Amino acid sequence: MTAPPDDCLARNEWLCGAYLSSRREILWDAVVQHLQLTAVSVLIGLVLAVPLALAARHRRWAAGPVLAVTTVLYTVPSLAMFSLLLPVYGLSASLVVAGLVLYSLTLLVRNILAGLRAVPEETRQAARGMGYGPLRLLLAVELPLALPAAMAGLRIATVSAVSLVTVGAIVGYGGLGNLIYSGMNTYFKAQVLTASVLCVVIAVAADLLLLLAQRLLTPWARRQQ
Amino acid sequence: MNTLADAWSWLTTSANWSGDGGIRQRLGQHLFLTVVCLLISCLIALPVAVVLGHLGKGGALAVNISNIGRAVPTFAVLVLLLLTPIGGHGEWPTVIALVLFAVPPLLTNAYVGMREVDRDVVRAARGMGMTGRQLMLGVEVPLALPLILTGVRIAAVQLVATATLAALAGGGGLGRIITAGFNLASTAQVVAGAVLVAVFALIVEGLFEAGRLLVPGRFRGGGSG
Repeated sequence: MTAPPDDCLARNEWLCGAYLSSRREILWDAVVQHLQLTAVSVLIGLVLAVPLALAARHRRWAAGPVLAVTTVLYTVPSLAMFSLLLPVYGLSASLVVAGLVLYSLTLLVRNILAGLRAVPEETRQAARGMGYGPLRLLLAVELPLALPAAMAGLRIATVSAVSLVTVGAIVGYGGLGNLIYSGMNTYFKAQVLTASVLCVVIAVAADLLLLLAQRLLTPWARRQQ
Repeated sequence: MNTLADAWSWLTTSANWSGDGGIRQRLGQHLFLTVVCLLISCLIALPVAVVLGHLGKGGALAVNISNIGRAVPTFAVLVLLLLTPIGGHGEWPTVIALVLFAVPPLLTNAYVGMREVDRDVVRAARGMGMTGRQLMLGVEVPLALPLILTGVRIAAVQLVATATLAALAGGGGLGRIITAGFNLASTAQVVAGAVLVAVFALIVEGLFEAGRLLVPGRFRGGGSG
């Protein structure tokens, strides 16, 4: 009988290089799933949030209901949100995406609306005086000025989504959360720590990328500083 | 819609309410965890934030700690704590994780609230000969109260959500009804558990909203959600 190998995997250590090299593909697949789930959810959320925020801005009666519904949605804990969607989507990636879309939507609508409301009335009047129609006013004046607030919302929504994807492990689509979940059941310390650290790395990287994008998109804000 | 009917009948079956692991027991655990951890978090975070805000020191940390809290997945922290030696001590991993995630919003909002007190008011108070302590407790804290309470509200909602997730890592609370439902492949129980959690979270949010409306107008604050 050969003795079991005495490496960090056998000793179940928190930090383990052998884990990284032997499980590279599993980790890579989990990271890819994590990124896909996050990106798809936030993008769908963004596509839905812009018209909702515009409606809430321009139709006075729409603001109350839109804000109330988004507040209620945001209050529902993630595990409950995913569970409530179970009858609709079953055990699928769509369930996780739908849940995350609802959360990103909330954060994005609030921030875009705050950005639109912060556009000074004088600026709007000046644009109208220069002959801007409603569409041009929106695209050339209001949306660019709302961009910093909207980007702040996008960053928060993205970072939250990266963190919330892990809860998708309950239905088997949690990206790195799947590894944390299975690592918990098998008491596999290296796997849990590695997956957790990767989650934080993804969140920080996404945040920095969006910050960079914001700086490139709003050169005027930089000049003012 | 059949699932909803099933979930309703699950909720209205009295056998599911009583006994070990029944709704009543889980509800009690959830309430206990939320209230105790909110008290612990307030005792830790509020004095620190108030003193730092009064002195005007440590601002970068107090403001950024919320962003850090958002980037770290709650589920990962729960599992990491479970795998440490603390994991063997009953509800301790849950309590520690709950407090960890409730402290950032408390700290950030209370700090910002203290810093946003009108500097003229602070100078006037100093001119009247108030000591630092009198200024802090008699002027700054009352004026910062709306934002401090906003932080408490966000922390409470966060606690309800984290306590739900704790079920994934073997903790007690209403989330256990959901995870048990998943293990039994009972969609009805999953949805019933999710409804209980969502209603619990909305009641907590509603209580704070009601409290905000009841206090005198000058203490009302919007704050950041």
